Amino acid sequence: MQFGILINEGPYTHQASDSAFLFARAAIEKGHKVQRVFFYHDGVYNATRLATPPQDDRNVAARWEKLAADHGVDLVVCVAAAQRRGITDGVLGDNFRISGLGQLVEMGIQYDRLVTFGD
Amino acid sequence: MSEMDDMDEGSGIIKKFMFLNRKAPHGTVYALEGLEVVLITAAFDQDVSMVFTDDGVYQLIKGVDTKGIEVKDFSKTYRALDGYDIEKLYVDQKSMDARGLTEEDLIVDVTVLSVDEMANLMAEQDVVISF
Repeated sequence: MQFGILINEGPYTHQASDSAFLFARAAIEKGHKVQRVFFYHDGVYNATRLATPPQDDRNVAARWEKLAADHGVDLVVCVAAAQRRGITDGVLGDNFRISGLGQLVEMGIQYDRLVTFGD
Repeated sequence: MSEMDDMDEGSGIIKKFMFLNRKAPHGTVYALEGLEVVLITAAFDQDVSMVFTDDGVYQLIKGVDTKGIEVKDFSKTYRALDGYDIEKLYVDQKSMDARGLTEEDLIVDVTVLSVDEMANLMAEQDVVISF
């Protein structure tokens, strides 16, 4: 099955990005394809490479970067939400890209399931 | 960059999208940014329904004035929705009752649904996005 994932909350304060990551990893392990993750609202903060969490904690952005590198997941950050919050190409982690809301709608149209993580 | 840049014209697939609005219009950004997704989805010629439930019913209330909190008043956008061919607006009866609201209190024409009717409508959708 082809999945699209929508993440609506930032990292660390909220569990949404963690749950989405664990879901994506589990889906891939089961042989499904996670085509794209779309970051919206404060979810755009998951994409910054400037975050340096303590060594004994998970690194949310780095985890997404690696999942994308290993499994070809398309990590898309909403341009309008990003601009509001100061997330620009200059601070994006590897394998993230900034694009429009059309990419979110496209997930709903093209994939078998769109799964939302947020409040 | 424009929101429209990456539109996938001509895929021809039309799905039923439901947007479930659960939050008050102000206090958090969900209602405003949610509305942006609704408009883009309509621009993709999809079959769009909007549902207002819980505090989300306050998004449609008359007489909003945001001067005091110094944020953008986007309530006019709801009145412009039919211009985007978004005409399926539903509110949850129970949420209205709990807040002492009736259809007269709202800025747009809506269909009021019971919990069971809402559940049926939801089951018919291809995609449900909740803000």
